[in-house]
Amino acid sequence: MNDFIVRALAAGLLIAAISGLLGSFVVWRRMSYFGDTLAHSSLLGIAFGILLDVNLQLAVITSALLFAAMLLLLQRNKTIATDTLLGILSHSTLAFGLLILALSNTVQVNLAGYLFGDLLTVSMTDILWILACSIVTSIVLLRFWNGFLTITVHEELALVEGVAVERLKALLVMLIALLIAVSMKIVGVLLITALLIIPPAAARKLARTPEQMALGASVIGCIAVSGGLLMSWEWDTPAGPSVVVTACSVFLLLTLVQSLRGESAQ
Amino acid sequence: MNRPCLIEASDISVTFGQRPVLQHVSVKVHEGEVVTLIGPNGAGKTTLVRIMLGLVKPQSGHVQRRDGLRIGYMPQKLHIEPTLPITVRRFLELARHAGKTPIDDVLEEVRIGHLLDQQMRAISGGEMQRVLLARALTQAPQLLVLDEPAQGVDVSGQAELYELINEIRTRHRCGVLMISHDLHLVMARTDEVICLNHHICCHGRPEQVSIDPSFLALFGRKEAESLAIYTHRHNHHHDLTGHIVESRHE
Repeated sequence: MNDFIVRALAAGLLIAAISGLLGSFVVWRRMSYFGDTLAHSSLLGIAFGILLDVNLQLAVITSALLFAAMLLLLQRNKTIATDTLLGILSHSTLAFGLLILALSNTVQVNLAGYLFGDLLTVSMTDILWILACSIVTSIVLLRFWNGFLTITVHEELALVEGVAVERLKALLVMLIALLIAVSMKIVGVLLITALLIIPPAAARKLARTPEQMALGASVIGCIAVSGGLLMSWEWDTPAGPSVVVTACSVFLLLTLVQSLRGESAQ
Repeated sequence: MNRPCLIEASDISVTFGQRPVLQHVSVKVHEGEVVTLIGPNGAGKTTLVRIMLGLVKPQSGHVQRRDGLRIGYMPQKLHIEPTLPITVRRFLELARHAGKTPIDDVLEEVRIGHLLDQQMRAISGGEMQRVLLARALTQAPQLLVLDEPAQGVDVSGQAELYELINEIRTRHRCGVLMISHDLHLVMARTDEVICLNHHICCHGRPEQVSIDPSFLALFGRKEAESLAIYTHRHNHHHDLTGHIVESRHE
């Protein structure tokens, strides 16, 4: 097997595994639009990175974390509804990013790559970034899992019980921002939320505990990545969309299984 | 009253937009005391409770708690995300300080042992209220804050639930701050009624409040009677026309 496909698989599987865990929180906390906005804003990070001629990976991570912090602050003083706020930011950051990229004629930018991902051009450096992010995320998740779950089940009960709700919330959002930043080059701005949402939604159908759902989502994500890459390899389809289509197929399959089961139970 | 104060809200005022929700409201709960907040819908009862819990910031006034006060809070309703699979046991274990009171003791107390492995989404309204009460108890509370604890519970279950709350209060000697519309069920055991309609209309022992003109204006005579009838404290007598007169020696 070729090197590039091995690298693609390694990167894809790592991202899928972490996306399953964090994506479950995105689903439980109804943050999918939040994830979308962060993903779109990272294109602005890329644009600035190119303008300022700095390391793009660092530029994206910095901008994602900054945007996440800004969103947290804006959400706290509720002057407009959260989804309106996200809608404004999501589309304007994407538009600004595209404008800046179009105007900076210094470099040729693979725009489609950033929008839809390019699993097949993953470099060793990319893998190291993803690996580092995965390790950090795993450690934080292991350490704060119950805390994250407590604030997700019921924020106000947690607050009354003396849990540091705001800090945990910020930490969770930063983890999601970090994941989006390192994986956007691989799965693309437009598809990263799909990887955060579809596997947990599929895993929900079989899960009885939060942990089953989160781990199940990781497994389903890995299946989607493997299936998507296989598809891409066999039929030369674009990798990102292939992964998402596979994830969606697993979701539909599990929905079917669940409804058949439900019928036989009655 | 010589019992020490658990929590005190002083001179609280809040406005949402243009609408004044609370105006100069002060409330105190002492150790072992039951304070019941009553008032029409939209009177600011829940807001007041949420301010005392620290969930909402008042525009003016302040809340003072005894140092290290442990609060058990039972919200009016608990919305669990349908996408989140979670059993009753896990829900209780997730409470902070859950180690303090063993879960099994709490279960024994609210009699929900049989629900442990049920999904939170699958239990009934009445069961949910018990689970919420159990979660409050994991805190080994010195103060129980209950926002319409019997909401969504059927009539026979309501009396049972209030009985349970009373048992808990006696056993743990905790203060209770409660919002309730079930006057006939709660008044007999209430020490202080606060009748709230953006401001405090009247307050005092149930039998005093039931004859307060501002209470009558808000609730009408029928509710007032239920207040008077169900408080089995014979520290008053009636004059010839049936009106209640204060007892001189309590």
